[in-house]
Amino acid sequence: MTKHQANWSPYDFNGGTCVAIAGADYCVIAADTRMSTGYSILTRDYSKICKLADKCVMASSGFQADVRALQKLLEARHLTYQHQHNKQMTCPAMAQLLSNTLYYKRFFPYYSFNVLGGLDDKGKGCVFTYDAVGSYERVGYSSQGSGAKLIMPFLDNQLKSPSPLLLPAQDAVTPLTEAEAVDLVKTAFASATERDIYTGDKLEIVVLNAEGDRREYMNLRKD
Amino acid sequence: MISWVANDNLQTPHGGELIKGESCAPSSSSFTSVDLIPVDSLSPLQRNFFSKMYPSVSSGSMDHSQLQTGLLCLEADSQRTQYPYVTGTSVIAITYKDGILMAADMGGSYGSTLRYKSVERMKAVGKHSILGGSGEISDFQEILRVLDELILYDNMWDDGNTLGPKEVHNYLTRLMYNRRNKFNPLWNSVVLGGVKNGQKYLGMVNMIGVHYEDNHVATGFGNHLARPILRDEWHENLTFEEGVKLLEKCMRVLLYRDRSAVNKLQIAKITEEGVTISPPYSLKTYWEFSAFKNPTVGAEGSW
Amino acid sequence: MSKATFDVPPKGGFSFDLCKRNDMLIKKGVQPPSFRKTGTTIVGLVFQDGVILGADTRATEGPIVCDKNCEKIHYMAPNIYCCGAGTAADTESVTDMISSQLKLHRYHTGRESRVVTALTLLKSHLFSYQGYVQAALVLGGVDVTGPHLHTIYPHGSTDTLPFATMGSGSLAAMSVFESKYREGLTREEGIDMVSEAICSGIFNDLGSGSNVDICVITKGNVEYLRNHKLPNPRTYISAKGYSFPKPIEVLLTKVTPLREKVEIIEKGDAMEE
Repeated sequence: MTKHQANWSPYDFNGGTCVAIAGADYCVIAADTRMSTGYSILTRDYSKICKLADKCVMASSGFQADVRALQKLLEARHLTYQHQHNKQMTCPAMAQLLSNTLYYKRFFPYYSFNVLGGLDDKGKGCVFTYDAVGSYERVGYSSQGSGAKLIMPFLDNQLKSPSPLLLPAQDAVTPLTEAEAVDLVKTAFASATERDIYTGDKLEIVVLNAEGDRREYMNLRKD
Repeated sequence: MISWVANDNLQTPHGGELIKGESCAPSSSSFTSVDLIPVDSLSPLQRNFFSKMYPSVSSGSMDHSQLQTGLLCLEADSQRTQYPYVTGTSVIAITYKDGILMAADMGGSYGSTLRYKSVERMKAVGKHSILGGSGEISDFQEILRVLDELILYDNMWDDGNTLGPKEVHNYLTRLMYNRRNKFNPLWNSVVLGGVKNGQKYLGMVNMIGVHYEDNHVATGFGNHLARPILRDEWHENLTFEEGVKLLEKCMRVLLYRDRSAVNKLQIAKITEEGVTISPPYSLKTYWEFSAFKNPTVGAEGSW
Repeated sequence: MSKATFDVPPKGGFSFDLCKRNDMLIKKGVQPPSFRKTGTTIVGLVFQDGVILGADTRATEGPIVCDKNCEKIHYMAPNIYCCGAGTAADTESVTDMISSQLKLHRYHTGRESRVVTALTLLKSHLFSYQGYVQAALVLGGVDVTGPHLHTIYPHGSTDTLPFATMGSGSLAAMSVFESKYREGLTREEGIDMVSEAICSGIFNDLGSGSNVDICVITKGNVEYLRNHKLPNPRTYISAKGYSFPKPIEVLLTKVTPLREKVEIIEKGDAMEE
């Protein structure tokens, strides 16, 4: 037999798109539920959204095995934190932890593209957006994953946030009401599904506000 | 010059030796405290991967003598699976009214040669689970051995608890993902089904740790040929007979269209009562289309 | 002084002028541009009165859908149609070229084109380009010798089959045919099976999507059912709708009129000879 060198890669790309929008007293985090590899769909119902703390939710796309490992690690670290401090981690604290966790694997990265959404200690919505090796920034809204390049310009147009260069720093949260933000997310995903082949099947939306959290689903195109 | 690579906590720098060639390695205490390992202490495979990803990391740090030690290491590391030898093709499985049904053929391919014809690719794991494996057969048998050990150790607690399919599947996902982190994958896609406390469970994992649960799963070619049928025809209340019929339909399509499939298969069933694996049998096939028998009638020269 | 040699422009065929330059650029690390591919499901089957062809309508460029409702069933001759998968430009131009040759052949012979003729022209063209013309085709038609269905691969090999699928969704579509096809299907059964096969590609293969096109070819008749099924409507339309209000800010306006007349200056001798 000829030794066919079946070369393997430690990475795969399982698709998916995530969006998060922060408001004055709420945060909306959304992701589709399609998981794919190459041109085939592995499953139509895989949640990319992970609740890390009471007021902190992460949505991740990229390589599913890395994403799951990352989620488990953060969950474990958060458990330790609770035992040590007897309280839930705040969203900005989790944001820093996520950044450190990603950078720790700088030379064999977690191939995951995350947005972290939640409420800060004053109950204001906050969104953190990342690259795969831990560079992050607090913003008013963000999108990550395969459909991000379609969704981001739409959000930029609708939610034009003040420039981060302005001094004194302006508030980054969006002026929309919670219902308007949910409607915007639904429209953004319906549009991204029209043009991005890795996005589709179902949309999962998590809304965080003073009352707690609420989950909503909407069907997307299945082709 | 030394280049540094962050160490994943799951992967150990093999051996204890840090100093190779003439590069000055730091004291081992600083190495453990920051959890960084010098490129030199990576296995050749990892180094190869990193040097492809980060050309600047390894350039310059490898002189000729180090290259040679690298080659020697490669021989020492030859237990690592870089390509599969004997492989099994797709496994498909569905949930049905009372539990899980799973099907796999019995072929073992050596490249494109059909080398083995009676490979059992579905085995019970503990009381509540069944495992089906495609890919490298010896790796699959190693997984079975590891799981047997797991079940045995768990049993030795003698606390009346047993591992259910969810637990076993979770263990498998970590096993596969850790092996990929060590650049030493188990070359398989495996399907795990089971029932415990009236709860059905069906999931899969592949060689790099990608995993999911669904009401129907398939590996390899099955993902392309069987899943479309399953997505159309599967429903919650399939009876045993309907379920077997559906699996046979999928296996027949695979037999027609997957060159490494053979017409000798088993179907396994798992319910609250336990595991049953059928004896091997074959499917009826149909090759009598007139266009198959005489394709060029009326179109001579169409080959 | 020696005579200068002139390059005579070639009369037809492809231009390979830039191949060497492109090769050099790729070796230096320049990314070549991507082409519009019809990551596709195309199928065909023989039924009791003729042939039915089917196709999805998605065209992709990498992960992006660039046309949600394109046509992949191409005209070859009044009694022959051809589905194309691969690089869109290749499938379109190769079918157009052969279609034109078939028409000339019909003028010359005064007879209906045969499917084998189209098949032979297509495969010899594709073979001569050694797979670089990236067209994977399902060719179907009814001629004086009856209904015919063929597949043609980019390298020029062909198959003669009772049912055929091609493109990235070929396996999904084939799973329908392999589990359901039989001989002597009626027209309705045939159309249903073809649209089921295309739907299987649409829903299971990410390269295929949107709508179902069907073409039914029988003796002396062709029915082209464009958008026979539309199984993928948009799932959400906001009640309030969105506008994109930011107008482009005008910073400066300056009008430079074109010069109205061209001045002709008479100079030197009149034309030679």
